[in-house]
Amino acid sequence: VSARREALLWGAQRASAALLALCVVIHLATMIYAAHAGLSAAQILARTHGNLAWLGFYSIFLLAAVVHVPIGLRAVLSEWLGWRGAARDAALAAFAAALAWLGARAILGVFL
Amino acid sequence: MSTLQVRVWRGGPKGGDFQSYQVPRRASQSVLDVVTHIQRMLDPSLAYRFACRVGMCGSCAMTVNGVARWTCRTHVDQVCADGRLELAPLANLPVVRDLVTDMSEFFDKWARAQGRFKGRRGRHDDFERVAPESAARKQVDAAIECIGCAVCYSSCEVVAWTPQYLGPAALNRAWTLQRDVRDAAQAERLRAVAGDAGCHACHSHLSCTERCPKHISPTAGIAGLKRDALAAALKGKL
Repeated sequence: VSARREALLWGAQRASAALLALCVVIHLATMIYAAHAGLSAAQILARTHGNLAWLGFYSIFLLAAVVHVPIGLRAVLSEWLGWRGAARDAALAAFAAALAWLGARAILGVFL
Repeated sequence: MSTLQVRVWRGGPKGGDFQSYQVPRRASQSVLDVVTHIQRMLDPSLAYRFACRVGMCGSCAMTVNGVARWTCRTHVDQVCADGRLELAPLANLPVVRDLVTDMSEFFDKWARAQGRFKGRRGRHDDFERVAPESAARKQVDAAIECIGCAVCYSSCEVVAWTPQYLGPAALNRAWTLQRDVRDAAQAERLRAVAGDAGCHACHSHLSCTERCPKHISPTAGIAGLKRDALAAALKGKL
């Protein structure tokens, strides 16, 4: 086991957690505002279409999630299922890629 | 004089069960006093371990009513409101017999974490001076009083599900050496304690910190090791 890799992954998870804390608060506040203001789907899309600020915000949110989630799952797979090694890491890389793809589709869906 | 109802785990590596004893309740009675009474007055075959009886040697730790504690400094009053005590060997360690656990793995992990001091100076050199008010020395002071009782190790959930994990005590020892300005083996030690069997396995549940009878926070030391490891990794020195 590479100590360097573990240390860097830990750093990446801490940094992405800090970003997620901020992003989740902004995201939830926006959702609550949108629901309470009674905005329709069309009204929400009208605000997000072509809006580079929302594109940037949700891209950072997605990046943080794509980094954070697989590292956390890595610990769960090791400790609960005893799954370690290259196969686990390859599966998690594929999972991260799927997460990035699905997230990017969602973001572009409200931007374009 | 009232009586304590005491259930004591009896058995060996292949298993065992609780056996009940009645022990006279006395003023200022420690849990170790209770065990000693059972062994001297009721059942001389009971195996348990103790030495100093004053909270220095770290040998009398057991599971008392489900919680790992040093028994010589734990008064019955503190843990036994209803007159019942349940005593078992420490968790996360193999049982030798009754309340005695095999501590080999616990101390082997201290060695694996390179928990020994390696100095730079020889016998003909002057003493190396460490300022008591320096930040590094204060961090060492906060963690140095470990007596090796294994209460933290026994309380640690990560040790329970990742047996190769070095554990709070070994990592706390490594941390005191990483903050010892006289130590010459810090780069190697950091490599030994980083990784998924070392400090990065810690989930910061704080059970070790909550249970440590010396009020040390191994969690804080382990967090320090994680930060040191990241800094070293970013500099390409890990």
